[in-house]
Amino acid sequence: MHADFDTADLWRLAAIPLLPLLAFFVQALFGRFGPRKGDWIPTLAMFVAAVLALYEGGKALAAGDPAFQVLSEKYGFVFDWIPGTTGVTGAIGILYDPLSAVMTAAVAVISFLIHLFSIGYMQGDRRYASYFAHLSLFSFGMLGLVLSDNFLSFFICWEVMGFCSYLLIGHFGEKPSAAAASKKAFLTTRLGDVALFLGIAILWTKFRTFEFVGLYEAVQVHVAAEGWTADLVLAGLLLFGGAVGKSAQFPLHVWLPDAMEGPTPVSAMIHAATMVAAGVYLTGRSLPFLSPEVRLTVAVVGSFTAIFAASIGICQTDIKKVLAYSTISQLGFMIAAIGAGGIAAGLFHMVTHAAFKACLFLGSGSVIHAVHGQEMPEMGGLRKKMPITYATMLVSTLAIAGVPLFSGFYSKDAILASSLAYGMEPGAGWIHRLPAIFLFVAAGMTAFYMFRLVLLTFHGSFRGEYLRYEHAHESPPVMTIPLIVLGALAVFGGSVWILNADFLGHHPWFLTAVGPGLAGFVEPAGEAKAIHDEAHGLAMKLSVGIASLGILLAFAFYQWKTFSAEAWARRWGAVHRWVKNKYYVDEFYEATVVRITTGASLAMRAFDNGIVDGLVNLCGWIGRLLAAVAGAWDRIVVDGLVNLLGHVTQGFGAFARLFQTGRIQQYVAFAIAGAVLVAAVALMA
Amino acid sequence: MNLGSTLAVAATLFVIGLAMMVARRNLLYVLMGIELVLNAANLNFVAFARYAAPAGGEAMLRGHMFAMIVILLAVAEAAVALAIVLNIHSLFDTVRPEEPDRLRE
Repeated sequence: MHADFDTADLWRLAAIPLLPLLAFFVQALFGRFGPRKGDWIPTLAMFVAAVLALYEGGKALAAGDPAFQVLSEKYGFVFDWIPGTTGVTGAIGILYDPLSAVMTAAVAVISFLIHLFSIGYMQGDRRYASYFAHLSLFSFGMLGLVLSDNFLSFFICWEVMGFCSYLLIGHFGEKPSAAAASKKAFLTTRLGDVALFLGIAILWTKFRTFEFVGLYEAVQVHVAAEGWTADLVLAGLLLFGGAVGKSAQFPLHVWLPDAMEGPTPVSAMIHAATMVAAGVYLTGRSLPFLSPEVRLTVAVVGSFTAIFAASIGICQTDIKKVLAYSTISQLGFMIAAIGAGGIAAGLFHMVTHAAFKACLFLGSGSVIHAVHGQEMPEMGGLRKKMPITYATMLVSTLAIAGVPLFSGFYSKDAILASSLAYGMEPGAGWIHRLPAIFLFVAAGMTAFYMFRLVLLTFHGSFRGEYLRYEHAHESPPVMTIPLIVLGALAVFGGSVWILNADFLGHHPWFLTAVGPGLAGFVEPAGEAKAIHDEAHGLAMKLSVGIASLGILLAFAFYQWKTFSAEAWARRWGAVHRWVKNKYYVDEFYEATVVRITTGASLAMRAFDNGIVDGLVNLCGWIGRLLAAVAGAWDRIVVDGLVNLLGHVTQGFGAFARLFQTGRIQQYVAFAIAGAVLVAAVALMA
Repeated sequence: MNLGSTLAVAATLFVIGLAMMVARRNLLYVLMGIELVLNAANLNFVAFARYAAPAGGEAMLRGHMFAMIVILLAVAEAAVALAIVLNIHSLFDTVRPEEPDRLRE
């Protein structure tokens, strides 16, 4: 219970996800008949939701208490959605703590900005109205997810998002590639969803509750009594499997780059505020369920994904593909941090990343809108044509590269520090050191490929057709305003350093206001604290050094042309091809998983056609045979008897008719004859 | 007049009447045949009534009463039958008994 929180606040919180849901229904049913095809309905709903989220978030964070927690259940504010099953299904309620407060606010604001941007970007689209309906439902999914107090409603929202991502990625479904991409995204994340569902099922079977808070306590008690039993380890791995699918971690990362087939604002939505963030959020929320071995797995998978995707990002030429791999890589950072004990750092990065990645995507959308192409080799020099887009993308790039003072610096620095501390802990083996190594290298690569993107797009001279350059122009205000807001967040999202004298040394707001309240957060103390402080100092120097190196290299390759990128690509031909083709992971899946599945399906079909259908046909044939026999019996014997009866009756009738002539005189004659007969018989007797 | 000759006349009338009913091709004659048959019966009633009277005594009137009733009946019957015949004649333009055969089939 919290003194400043009452039921009115809970109603406002409930309205945050419900408004977009309502807007979805209104927009889906009536939107296209309304003025402007109803684009203002979801946008307005998101605006109100964003205002509410900021208001409530401010209220929650103003107390400055990281342990702040509002459970709507304690206020009796729950939606008992299947009456009479309380305690079994878990009524849907709200869990509002600093983490959900920050996430709700970030999601709602970014979602609203993306709605706003879409009004400009999607102008004249064939399915303009339904696009907004889907976008609205998507926002509902994410907002409902971060406000859920139990795994069940969490999972429902999780699936709503999966479905919406399918709809939105396949928005241009006439294009075969878009249709394939939406299918791929849906099926790949579905693999993770199955794992998540099984994980939830194990937890429920063991502890008979879906609620996060109840599960935290139950798991703590269980671990204290019996240690990490095998079923808990399995549940943890499965929960993480869900995150791997949704957050596009290796080896289920393949769907995210293909998801670029959707409209660019959708990509921004998927990559920044919703969908992929859900996996990180899940990992963060379920950290107390993860045993040390699972956490190690999480850290290694995350950090490997970070370096793996970053290296692919270096070789891509499609502007959106670079950003897609960048997202996978950054998600790897977050996941690795959570696994390596830096849960606050990981979730902090998720929040800052949401702002600058949304900005980068919308910026790339603005560029694509201007030049009608996505290939960076055909861009260049757009700086002068699109100053606002350039400026906002540049600050976001500085943020993602980890340049000091920008938001990404604070969060990435915290991640690198926690991974370094993880590797420096006493008793850490070589495998515990891997995440730190991977992440530092990935950080350098990030700086390199992001500056490569900016330099190729905005600097130098235009390399495409001249006409396109002539037509390129800055986007309308409805698109640039979201860019400016997000750009500002990219600068100040980590820390409002301008208000701080000691702007490098102080702790960013997230780590003080939210971090310590997170379930599973461990405050280093004693020897561990010394290690952490040492790691933090080292990490800051190293990360700044590596980021600078990456940026310098990018300038050397693409601005000053000290080195020739083409020559290097030729020299390392085989490696370059390997990396450019995404390590052939897609081809590998095509050759193994897809082919095995298709082969199995074909075999199943043959079995179905040959044997099952054969049996069914046999049964049908026997049935027909029996029916024919029964029919013959019926036709010949039964019908025959009935007809015979009819014939006999008819025969009698025909005979009787002979006397019924209708001639009175004949009757009289018969009567006389009869009388004579009777008289004769009487006389003879 | 003895009973035998009266009965003989009555029987003759009866047979003539029957023959007319069966054989004539005109409904009016058939009706006349019926009248003859009825009158033959009347004759019998009256003859038997006389015959059954005690010698020198007064005849019992039962037979006569039957005869009166039969005459009454014959009048009623003739009235109805003649009406039917008239209707048949106006509908079918015939008085032959076998021609109105619409109800046969």
